[in-house]
Amino acid sequence: MSKLPTTSYGVAIREAFSYLLNNYPEVFIIGQGLWSPWYVGNSMTDLDKEFGIKRVIDTPVSESACTGAAIGAALAGMKPIMVHPRMDFMLYAMDAIVNQAAKWSSMMAGQAHAGVTIRSIINRGGEQGAQHSQALHSWFVHIPGLRVVMPYSVSDARDLLIASVLCGDPVIYIDDRWLYSNEEVLQPIVELDLKSQGPKVIKDGTDITLVSAGFSTQLALEAAEKLNTQNISAEVIDVRVLSPLSPKIILDSVRKTGRLVAIDGGWGPAGFSSEIITIVTESIEPKLLKSSPKRVTLPFAPAPAAANLERIYYPTSDDVARSAVNAVRR
Amino acid sequence: MKTILWRKKASDKSQNWINFDQSLRLKSGSKEDQIQALSMMLKIRIVENKLAENRKSGIIGGPVHLGAGQEAIAVGISKHLRKSDRVFSGHRSHAHLLALGTEPRRLFAEVLGKHSGLTKGMGGSMHLWDGPNGFYGSVPIVGGTVPLAVGAALASKFQGKGGISVAYFGDGAIEEGVVHESLNLARQLQVPILFVCENNLFSSHMHISQRQPLTSVARFALANDIQYEMIDGNNIVSVEESAKKLIQIARRDNLPVFIEAVTYRHYGHVDWREDIDVGVNRSPEDLKLWKSRDPIDRLETALLSNRLLDKDELKQLKLQISNQIDNEWDLAIQDPPVETSSLLSDVLRR
Repeated sequence: MSKLPTTSYGVAIREAFSYLLNNYPEVFIIGQGLWSPWYVGNSMTDLDKEFGIKRVIDTPVSESACTGAAIGAALAGMKPIMVHPRMDFMLYAMDAIVNQAAKWSSMMAGQAHAGVTIRSIINRGGEQGAQHSQALHSWFVHIPGLRVVMPYSVSDARDLLIASVLCGDPVIYIDDRWLYSNEEVLQPIVELDLKSQGPKVIKDGTDITLVSAGFSTQLALEAAEKLNTQNISAEVIDVRVLSPLSPKIILDSVRKTGRLVAIDGGWGPAGFSSEIITIVTESIEPKLLKSSPKRVTLPFAPAPAAANLERIYYPTSDDVARSAVNAVRR
Repeated sequence: MKTILWRKKASDKSQNWINFDQSLRLKSGSKEDQIQALSMMLKIRIVENKLAENRKSGIIGGPVHLGAGQEAIAVGISKHLRKSDRVFSGHRSHAHLLALGTEPRRLFAEVLGKHSGLTKGMGGSMHLWDGPNGFYGSVPIVGGTVPLAVGAALASKFQGKGGISVAYFGDGAIEEGVVHESLNLARQLQVPILFVCENNLFSSHMHISQRQPLTSVARFALANDIQYEMIDGNNIVSVEESAKKLIQIARRDNLPVFIEAVTYRHYGHVDWREDIDVGVNRSPEDLKLWKSRDPIDRLETALLSNRLLDKDELKQLKLQISNQIDNEWDLAIQDPPVETSSLLSDVLRR
């Protein structure tokens, strides 16, 4: 029996684009670098050639106007996808995202919706330094009116992108270049309703709960393997949809294990890991917690360029495992 | 500044000026068209005055940015729009909205925080929407809707039904980087949009001469290879002519076009005050001068002198509009307030 073919994370994203462009004439993609192999890895290869440069639009260096234009097109009945090849570059577009897209539905009393998907890529490491490295998902989780999606699995990379574009709300969809070579056997596409998607237990365990999203989930899974060799059974929850956050699965897990480590590829203060710890400590009786919740985040400094500093800057699965061991054997 | 004259082009050193004091030369169009334009301008003026009065008395709780004095621009442009076109605006947007045919009662209700308002009491004066009439939204982040209008124009191009966008903004907004990005993007993508800069010489309290090296903003259209016209925004005939010509180009050729309409607001930046001496160069003399260039007075004078209207008819018309607006205000004020459930109900799509 031959082995089933696998698909990589990057190619899975391309499959989502291809599916959307084939099935929904109102879908178009706009962003910098879309006609070039440089900017988005293998996640959009030759979409311009397959679907034409009118629907796959490479743009002037104008993040703000392009994002605003994608929002305006959504208000006029299209299903646009705005691509920012690095999250750092998207900061020029914060007015369009935070003041316009996020607030439109509420300001206009549900009569109009900015159903735009803003795909933002975390692309760090490789000695790129402080402005080619940021993971700012927490900022968007703070804003009512946005859905924030961070896929870890290859199937989520494809299926949650499709669900984001079809949901009709503004969605910040964040993928991480460090996941692009992960492989999975994919099932045929089934359209999901993003509203029904949320955190998932992707590994069962009994001693400690590891909560993470995106690339951090990879660290959590690797850490769980390492913990297993030390007879610690870790449950791993992949959050998938960071906002609006459905807390139930996280709370059920921590009630069971009594311990929590939140792993976040961003900074700690007022960050997503803070939110996870908050919902747990707000909702779970202190006596059920066997140790105080911990988090693993970036050091509170901009990303360095030098390789030796990068090695100590980004958290590893060893850091996650160490934090978990400390929580279990305190 | 006793007189304000204008170069047709920023680069033009010759004596090619807009004369803000010339009388209107009524050309084409039926008598009904002319009277309709006058009626709409009067309606907007009376609505704005009503809002000023009720803001002053405290019945209106939130800020209102009034466009009295600037009516000819929205009325002249809207004459050439279709219901399927998409209009975006900023904080001073009442005229742009009303000129599309929105009932004043729904604007009043919105400003009063009523459920019957345009955005069910959720937006107030600064966040307005009337999709069925083509008003796709106004917000007070200066320049914020300009790229949205470009995107809506891109959608119109995809949809292929001949629709265009209109982006109304002021001389302050042209100082925002995103507006320049938007002009470039619209030209590069070749989308059908009319950019309308209402240059009323002031951004909040600051005169344009304190903010920009030149007092005309159309130079930015030129910089982006966008066809433009600079006009006397208080002359309804000029506005209608320019709008007709440029909107036709936008629709036919899928191209952005640009109007700089020079005008002046009778009220200050916000609410009922005149803002004399709040900003430099806003003297009682200037205000008086610009009030002598009132777009409504000028059209009335032209209609009377061309015998398209007599004084009694004019008086009757004003009374009728005024009564209608009083009535709409009285109805709006009795409407129930925004529902408390609205606070959370539309943050995301239901």
